[in-house]
Order: sequence, then C-alpha cells, then structure tokens
Amino acid sequence: MANHQLNPNNWINLYSDYLFNYTISRVNDRAMAQDLVSETFLAGLKSMKNFKGEASERTWLVSILKRKIIDYYRKINSNKGKAEVRMTYNNDSESEGDWLEERVADPFDKTAEDKLENSELGSAIYNCLSKLPEKQAEVFKMKTILGYDTETICNELDITASNLWVLIHRARTALADCMEENWF
Amino acid sequence: MKKSFLFISCEEAKHICDKSQYGEATGWERIKLALRLSWCRVTRAYSSKNNKLTNTIEHAKVDCLKNDERNKIKHQFDEELAKHQ
Repeated sequence: MANHQLNPNNWINLYSDYLFNYTISRVNDRAMAQDLVSETFLAGLKSMKNFKGEASERTWLVSILKRKIIDYYRKINSNKGKAEVRMTYNNDSESEGDWLEERVADPFDKTAEDKLENSELGSAIYNCLSKLPEKQAEVFKMKTILGYDTETICNELDITASNLWVLIHRARTALADCMEENWF
Repeated sequence: MKKSFLFISCEEAKHICDKSQYGEATGWERIKLALRLSWCRVTRAYSSKNNKLTNTIEHAKVDCLKNDERNKIKHQFDEELAKHQ
C-alpha cells in the first residue's frame, strides 16, 4: 500500500479549488463555502499527526471537509427548528380551485441523480485540470470557469493576449484528451 | 481576390475556434472558420472536441475560487502554518 505524505505548503495551490467546487455544490453559499474550505485546511494542519498515509492527501482533506459540511448542516437544522413556519393548506370555499403551486413538482428542478452526475463530472474535470501545468490551469480557470475577460487576465497575470490564447489552446487540447479518456 | 484573404491555416482556424468558445471571434473570423470547416477534417475534429469540452464544462457547473478569495484563505493558512513550523 502506498504510504502517502503530507505537504501542507502545497495544499492551497493544489486543493483549494477542488475543495471549493466540492463544497459550493453542497452548501450553495459562496462565503460559507470559503469558510468551510479554510476551516478544513486549518483542521488538517492541527490533525496532521493522525494521518496514517493510507489515503492520498486530497482524499484525507475531503474527509475532513465532509465532516465540516455535516456540522454546518447540523447547525443550520438546529437553528431552523426554532424558527420553523408551518404551512397549512386550508379547504375553505374561497380558495377552492386555486393551484397549490408549492405542491406541484417542478420539472426543471434538479434531481438527486443530476446533482450526483454533476458532482462526479466536476471531480473528473478537476482531476484533469490538476494534470495541467500550473499556469495553463490558472489561465483556463480564470477564462472558462470564472468568465474573466481577456484584458483582465492579461493585466492580472502580466501576459500578452497572444500568450493567453496559446495557454488556453494547450489547456483545452490537454483537457479534451483527458476527458475523452476518463469521462466521455 | 488573394487566397489568404479568405483561406486560413489550420493553426489559425484552431485559434479562431478557441476564441469562438468564449464568444470572442469576430463575424468575419467565424465566416473564415466555417469555410475551413467545410473541407478540413482536422479542423472539424478539433472543433467538435472543443465544442464538446465547452458543453461539458457548462453542464458540470464547476466553480473555483477567485484570486482574492484564494489569497484570503492562503493568508489565514500561512499564519497558522508558521506556528507549526
């Protein structure tokens, strides 16, 4: 069995986006997702001595994050119980014939299966992104995932537009090949 | 009409194809790309793969941290890390 090592100096660069994507798809609150990721890294640091080396660094951090997410929901639910509003659907004659829209299933609502597939697809994309050189991955994420315009990225990373398109081209080619191999 | 006016190289076609994934190709560039796609199998294969990647990423709704958000997490973490080293 591979004996994995922890190297916290690289955690933010290697895993912050993966953990954030994992979290945001589960808590749907950007600020909260950031807090949970931050807490995960800090908890990881504190419990480094408990790491046995049986799982990879990322798997170990995800297991900490999962507990953080569960704690977050426990906390919300305990608060929610105190302020619960009960809805009653009365049968009086005035509202007869009204549609109870809240009770109708929304066909555009995400099913659990869709969410699971999206989550797995997100992991597959991040696995492929982690194989790219750092600069390519950074430019690709800024352009494709965050939707920044070319000028902003060029200013932020101090690169020319043609340099950016070369990096995007290489990243897209490598990602498409990787996804072809692992997902499609 | 000069040949280069309308006909583009495979590399240029790929570049336009990349730009069009982000809605940044001009109308004229899209015409030149469409013409190339009509007869070049290599460009067609690249374009198809590229479109598939775009659709996949849109479908997955992946998200990532903005630089300032990552820097904030990194700053907090580095302070804590310094205490452990």
